[in-house]
Amino acid sequence: MPRLSAGRRHTVRVTLNGRAVEGEAEPRMLLTDFLRHVLGSTGTHVGCEHGVCGACTIDIDGAPARACLTLAVQADGATIRTVEGLAPEPGRLSVLQDAFRRHHALQCGFCTAGILMSLDIYLRDTPSPTEQDVREFLGGHLCRCTGYVPIVAAALDAAQKLRGVARDA
Amino acid sequence: MKPAKFDYLRAGSLAEAHEALAAEGPDASVIAGGQTLVPLLSMRMARPRLLVDIMHVEELSRISVQDNAIRVGAAVRQAALLGWPELAKRQPLLAHALPWIGHAQTRTRGTVCGSAALADPSAEIPLILVALRGEIELSSGKAKRRIAAADFFTGLMSTAREDHELVEAVRFPCAHHGEGHAFREFARRHGDFAIVACAAISDANGTRLAIGGVADRPLAQDFGTLDGSALDDALQDFAMELEAREDLNATAGQRRDLVRQIGRLTIEEARACRV
Repeated sequence: MPRLSAGRRHTVRVTLNGRAVEGEAEPRMLLTDFLRHVLGSTGTHVGCEHGVCGACTIDIDGAPARACLTLAVQADGATIRTVEGLAPEPGRLSVLQDAFRRHHALQCGFCTAGILMSLDIYLRDTPSPTEQDVREFLGGHLCRCTGYVPIVAAALDAAQKLRGVARDA
Repeated sequence: MKPAKFDYLRAGSLAEAHEALAAEGPDASVIAGGQTLVPLLSMRMARPRLLVDIMHVEELSRISVQDNAIRVGAAVRQAALLGWPELAKRQPLLAHALPWIGHAQTRTRGTVCGSAALADPSAEIPLILVALRGEIELSSGKAKRRIAAADFFTGLMSTAREDHELVEAVRFPCAHHGEGHAFREFARRHGDFAIVACAAISDANGTRLAIGGVADRPLAQDFGTLDGSALDDALQDFAMELEAREDLNATAGQRRDLVRQIGRLTIEEARACRV
């Protein structure tokens, strides 16, 4: 790759929620801003912008990661999933999203996109977590509405349902 | 909070990374996982003219065992080392400490060597390197050198790395048979920066304790087989020597007290773990 000069925009190509997309970014542009302002995917939220709050957590190449701690140019060529990619079809929620609704695991919703992306990957890799496991994993996210209890309940409920789905398949 | 302008170079080879560092020296920064550097860029505490991304240099992404040490390349992410099947067997202390680095969501990107290179005084990787008498491999286009961790960390966020050098790998000595290890950390919440972090290694000859989060860099001391009030006195002296920092999280006095209390618990746990 040639040296990308400061102050100029360069083409960044990613696979976003299964679609090949591209946009222009200066080297200093954070991936959060690239997703929201360039690609128009505003489901990913920007909170603290230094990696603490977890609101911007997305799936980069199969692992949960902070979009605000990643430069758009670093992500060139990456496969990215965001909250917009969770629902199986318009009007239908994923198992995890549905559990969040039933358990009132959100109130203002600002932190929700990040937590959903984290948990979506976590439950794929850890199908039978304990409550303590879930709490430890959620340590990477801040929620100021719920007190976390309903989020933990939703995650455990979703895990159980997803295990059922996996068994039936 | 947006970074100032910089050029970006995705190095395709080690030679290309070395060349860029040689040409730009102090104006260049290496970026690996970015989990420490990107916040520094965003807060404009770092303003490099060029970022050299080393994550696509294949030879830097290896974990291997060489000369009875675990050699971790500069592009190895913390999560990858944590997932290395031989970790707990080769070096239990490292296996104990790695889950304390940041959060699961940052360990997926952050690298082991990046943590060493940026030398945050609260960071776990520098602490473990000092505790184990590990080494840092530095390389430039012209030369390679290996430096002991205790000599590499020179102060707050500063190291013995020259501007044209790359932290190419770090080496954690493997555990010896019969050693006991313990790691403890105190923070307001799990995943926050450590207010005090302790790592201890114990064998038949004695116990070594390293402390992070207190001085401007991790520091270690050997406590031999001291116990009882003699150990308390030695810990008290060590706590005073560390010249504790005061910040929003804790006063210097609180830090010294934590060194005495948690330091002792860590030493005792390491001794109890010996087989």
